[in-house]
Amino acid sequence: MTLIVEARHRFGSFRLSAAFSAEGGVTALFGRSGSGKTSLLRIIAGLARPDEGEVLFNDQVLLDTSAAIFVKPHRRRFGYVFQEARLFPHLSVRSNLLYGRRFAGNTLTGANFARVVEMLGISQLLGRAPGALSGGEQQRVAIGRALLSGPRLLLMDEPLAALDEERKAEILPYLERLRDEAGVPIIYVSHSVTEVARLADQVVLLEAGKVVATGDPSHILSGRVASALDRKEAGSVLSGVVEGLDPDSGLARVKIKQRSLLVPSHGLSAGKAVRVHVPERDVIIAVSEPQGLSALNILPGRITTLKRDDDTVVITANCGGDEIFARVTSFSSERLGLSLGQEVYAVIKSVALER
Amino acid sequence: MRLDWLVLSDEEWVAVRLSVKVAAVAMLCSLPLGILVAYILARGRFWGKSILNGIVHLPLILPPVVTGFLLLVTFGRRGAVGAFLYDWFGISFSFRWTGAALACAIMGFPLMVRSIRLSIEAIDQKLEEAAGTLGAGPLWIFLSVTLPLALPGIVAGMILSFAKAMGEFGATITFVSNIPGETQTLASAIYTFTQIPGGDAGAMRLTLVAVAISFAALLGSEAVGRILSRDGRAS
Repeated sequence: MTLIVEARHRFGSFRLSAAFSAEGGVTALFGRSGSGKTSLLRIIAGLARPDEGEVLFNDQVLLDTSAAIFVKPHRRRFGYVFQEARLFPHLSVRSNLLYGRRFAGNTLTGANFARVVEMLGISQLLGRAPGALSGGEQQRVAIGRALLSGPRLLLMDEPLAALDEERKAEILPYLERLRDEAGVPIIYVSHSVTEVARLADQVVLLEAGKVVATGDPSHILSGRVASALDRKEAGSVLSGVVEGLDPDSGLARVKIKQRSLLVPSHGLSAGKAVRVHVPERDVIIAVSEPQGLSALNILPGRITTLKRDDDTVVITANCGGDEIFARVTSFSSERLGLSLGQEVYAVIKSVALER
Repeated sequence: MRLDWLVLSDEEWVAVRLSVKVAAVAMLCSLPLGILVAYILARGRFWGKSILNGIVHLPLILPPVVTGFLLLVTFGRRGAVGAFLYDWFGISFSFRWTGAALACAIMGFPLMVRSIRLSIEAIDQKLEEAAGTLGAGPLWIFLSVTLPLALPGIVAGMILSFAKAMGEFGATITFVSNIPGETQTLASAIYTFTQIPGGDAGAMRLTLVAVAISFAALLGSEAVGRILSRDGRAS
């Protein structure tokens, strides 16, 4: 599948002027709130028309303002998962799931329904009313409903944004299964590094209505490239492979370039390629190898940059080829006398790497 | 004490049955147009919307006699629309029960449209947008999402229209007169009783019938409302 999007639009003082293309897998549109992610997604779905632009899907022209071509949303066969579940309140969960079936053509069979229901873990909910479901359950039903309409492409607009942390953690594994099993390409809008690091194959970074970078999640999400990040979430994203699981401790060993990390093993299996998001404010810097510490990950490295940011300093430590960022107060940076090229230890609690 | 005075005479039964028939036909025939106009008023963005709204509400504020007279002028045998309908389709409204139904439909129309319009305006249009992304075209969205969600308002509008038709007097008597067996509805029959000496007992009998029917309609609408709101929660 190939999706090519190019759009220019003005909403009051905000200007959207963005272009990107996506192949199969999960493409994340990533950026702060108000960077134009949702507008772009609505243009792809046909729910909004830009002043100027083009949308092509597998060489089919869905929008071309210069040629006055506009394919209506219901003819595009793109599933859309909104921030709020938007389930039909007058229909049961089952009827909600089957709503799009009559438009799906011959691509759907009973087995498919059973598979989607099983994959999303909603088989107990089928007879219930949408109003009687929790937020997380509603969102899973909404995802199932979109999938069962036989979409050629699934558009997801911050499907987890309206949920609390626990619900997010509940749904993320289902989204990973969706990516790995459903075989439908996904455009995923999010401003959460954790979600994007976990799900995306490709990241399109948006800032103030423009595409500022495109590429592999580890590159885009790491470091200072993404000034679009919330400070809370800034950090490094390390790619690795699960080497082994330890069922007794509930931890998994993830091999990154030369070092390895212990992370909670929930939802992981050996040999699986994963990305680990290490938030910079969860990293402790030690100048000598610490002893008697509860933290499980102590990575030796060398300081490559020191950058002041208000009352804090962001330190980049090169740990065997992987760059790990740590945000510490200027006070402690001075107290330790940190300097470029210094040998240090980056200390990371495994719990902070809960995915 | 004898209860004979409670027993309706044949003529009185005719008036009761005619009233129910006229009210039911008025309600059912105006329903499709009522839903259409309510939808246009709720969702449409066009020049002249407030004029359309005004015209729809006119029967509510005009004296009923005026509405009846206007109907007589336009739908009478020699009226512009009336003559056309009679010459081409053989449909006649003047001094027929169909005329009474037409008058009742027009008098109840603003109430029906208002109720349906409010319930359509209360529908979250995001749901319709979601239906579109699932592959549903505009007509199917209207039938499968908009209409079911507006159902409580539609039922309320039907009841209001029916109740208005049961009580309609001014426009009906002006347009189609007060002919026993053809255009004499419950209200006109009560009026006739009050005009003749010793008609009090007859007027009282029909009044009780009118109270009973109105009450039944009210209870019925509440029962339907309960069922619908339970459906809204449970299905």
